[in-house]
Amino acid sequence: MGRYLLRRLLQLIPVFIGTTFLIYWLVWSVPGDPFAGKCGERPCPDSFVNMMTEKFKLDEPLIVQYGNYMKNLFQGDFGQTFGGREIGDIIATAYPNTLKLALVALAIEAVIGLTAGVLTGLRRNGFLDNLVLVSSLFLIALPIFVIGFVAQWLLGVQWGIVKPTVSSEMRLSELIVPGFVLGSASMAYIARLARTSIAENRRADYVRTAIAKGLPMRRVVGIHLLRNSLIPVVTLLGTDLGALMGGAIVTEGIFQINGIGRQVYRAIITKESATVVSIVVVLVLVYLLMNLLVDLLYAALDPRIRYE
Amino acid sequence: MRVSKRASSAVALGAAFALVASGCSSSDSDGGDAGASSDGAITIDGTQPEVGLVPSNTTETGGGAIIDWIWTGLVEYPNDGSAPRNAVAESIETSDSKVYTVKIKKDTKFHDGTVVKAKNFVDAWNWGAYSPNGAQNGSFFADIQGFDQVHTEDPDGAEGPKKAPEPAAKEMSGLKVVDDWTFEVTLAAPTAVFPTKLGYSTFMPLPDAFFTQGAEAFGKKPIGNGPIKFVSWEDDVQIKLTRFDDYSLNDKMKIKDVNIKLYQDDTAAYNDLLAGNLDFQQQVPVSAIAGDKWKNDLGERAISSTTPSTGIIAFPIYDKRFQNPKLRRAVSMSINRQEISDKIFFGSRKPADSWANPLTPGAKAGNCTACQFNVDEAKKLLAEAGGFTGELVMFYNADASHKEWMEAVAQQVKTNLGINARAEGVPTFAVFRQNINAGKMTGMYRAGWQQDYPDVENWIGPLYVTGGSSNDGKYSNPQVDALAKEAASAPSLEASHAKYAEAVALIDQDVPSIPVYFGGQQSGHSEKIKKIELSNVGELDLTSVEL
Repeated sequence: MGRYLLRRLLQLIPVFIGTTFLIYWLVWSVPGDPFAGKCGERPCPDSFVNMMTEKFKLDEPLIVQYGNYMKNLFQGDFGQTFGGREIGDIIATAYPNTLKLALVALAIEAVIGLTAGVLTGLRRNGFLDNLVLVSSLFLIALPIFVIGFVAQWLLGVQWGIVKPTVSSEMRLSELIVPGFVLGSASMAYIARLARTSIAENRRADYVRTAIAKGLPMRRVVGIHLLRNSLIPVVTLLGTDLGALMGGAIVTEGIFQINGIGRQVYRAIITKESATVVSIVVVLVLVYLLMNLLVDLLYAALDPRIRYE
Repeated sequence: MRVSKRASSAVALGAAFALVASGCSSSDSDGGDAGASSDGAITIDGTQPEVGLVPSNTTETGGGAIIDWIWTGLVEYPNDGSAPRNAVAESIETSDSKVYTVKIKKDTKFHDGTVVKAKNFVDAWNWGAYSPNGAQNGSFFADIQGFDQVHTEDPDGAEGPKKAPEPAAKEMSGLKVVDDWTFEVTLAAPTAVFPTKLGYSTFMPLPDAFFTQGAEAFGKKPIGNGPIKFVSWEDDVQIKLTRFDDYSLNDKMKIKDVNIKLYQDDTAAYNDLLAGNLDFQQQVPVSAIAGDKWKNDLGERAISSTTPSTGIIAFPIYDKRFQNPKLRRAVSMSINRQEISDKIFFGSRKPADSWANPLTPGAKAGNCTACQFNVDEAKKLLAEAGGFTGELVMFYNADASHKEWMEAVAQQVKTNLGINARAEGVPTFAVFRQNINAGKMTGMYRAGWQQDYPDVENWIGPLYVTGGSSNDGKYSNPQVDALAKEAASAPSLEASHAKYAEAVALIDQDVPSIPVYFGGQQSGHSEKIKKIELSNVGELDLTSVEL
């Protein structure tokens, strides 16, 4: 177990370097001079462009810029945006907001998705099953921005139940609607995955044995059936946290949440490689660590799984 | 090495986990409504300023509006678009339009309590003009004598390997402080419009604190001399302003606090406005304009206004296919501007019929004969010009809403002239401007102009004079240049405007670009606000707001 963990952690290093370089290179290849559109309908003065080019060493080759960036990164310095803001500060404010939203979304989708999945998995082809089937199809089919706008307009503007946008305090109560919107598609997937998994394991020998032993149904489902059926669901939930954080860009825009989505968007448009890479670096770490956590959770759910 | 600030990010991340896990987020109230008293507060929409708030370095609207609110210049522009009037200036006098003596009022203060003196203007202008400071608006000081000594040009352009030489001087020779309340400005050449320019944000005074703190620190916590002072700035979230009680000039604030909410999406702001969560939105989203939805939503709280801006399609005159004025005139006359105004903009923008926006002092309405819609004449001119072979591409930047009207224009040219025209989007404004700056446009392209200061000069000099800062198509007519020069050095504004009218007549013959529509703005406010006025460029005049 310890060796497995160490090996997995060491694997993070090449993945980390590979992804950051790739992203750096990609942003660098986005066409457009970062200072061409800064001064409106007139070109920026040479003096301004010169000062910025020198300050950010933009005339150096890509590999040198990347090297400098990594060197500073290891000293804890994420660098500055073209507008003079510390990227470290942006990350420190934007990430917690996005994470909070993603965790709310994850909690909502896990609770609702799992409940729907278990109920329909146990009683298939009933009214509830069909209802969940149709509504999950509906959620998957609708793009997130449609769900977002409709939710905002109906709940926020028409009915006035919630405020249309989230305030800067990011209260938990304000995050329920955006969290639901963000997690809606995954919620549908989780419901369907859990349903199939439960339905399949329902016929397994060990479940039949448990029932034959006369165990109460609650125990059969809660301990024997659910634990095994949860493995694919946990895998999905684990990687979903990363996906939710990265995919929050639309939801953040609709509900005016100051998260990483807007920062990444702005940075890509203005060709700020350092900002894009810094934000994605943290996202990559979240993905990698969640994957590791999911793998470790397998053993807890199914004791037959061992790590070499 | 800079470490201290960065270390906090990891801690904050952990703290967020803890916050969510324990389910307790901070629960301060929203600030609460102060009610309809004169000490009330409003929340308005804005966007995150791209750079620190330094007047000579801000070119975008998000920061520009805030600078306009927290500073007062030597002159100010009345909301109705009429001629500028003195603000901080007691008098601006000249006998030859070359040497100006500026006297300032003695009782005005910066927000840090220091008195506004003549040297605050001189120091600020010298800082803005000094090229190593890299101010984005530095070229606005070019009128002043000695500008070429403090502002050096890169010998091979910003792209080239050579670096710009160190300027020979740090201060412009044309600026002289006479005493605490008087300074003298000597221009390189007579310029009648100079006093008009002085209300533009670049010419604002800077307190001594600017020079001790440095531009970067100052820009994050600016100190102005206007009716409203800066309180705090939370990046991407909000900027707070409050009334400056020591303000001694005319426009005093009638309310107390202003919270500028920094939106990333104008639809979110609009929904906040509808839900009573926001008190003013300067421009409602495009989706709300279709079918006049915004008027139904807002009723009497919908404000329709015109702005001194024009949507233009420019010709790359450096491309030899576009060098025949008859062809340019033919394209212009084949466009049905009224139809575009009605069908694409739902009447929110008016068809353009003059070269300079008629809201600008000195500009005349209806002087663009090339703007008339006349298919027969256009066809005749096209035939005289020898037709147009190949494809006529009209470029626009696809990251703003220009697709519809550009496609409509291309379709009209195609239908009415039989030219194989089409519109093509360039992904971002940055790429679009890069091609324009480099003189590499292979077709016509969208442009636009909003005046910096209210005078017809601002519509002719930058756009149609050889070497003008936004004359991107490289249009050049020696007669226009000569007239513009005469106009600039005319003894009075009236004489200057008369000369510009002559220049415009020549421009109308050459058709260096195509004015398509005049700008309009659709704003909305909440029920809380009883009275409101917009500035000459359509920004909210905070001093007019009554609750």
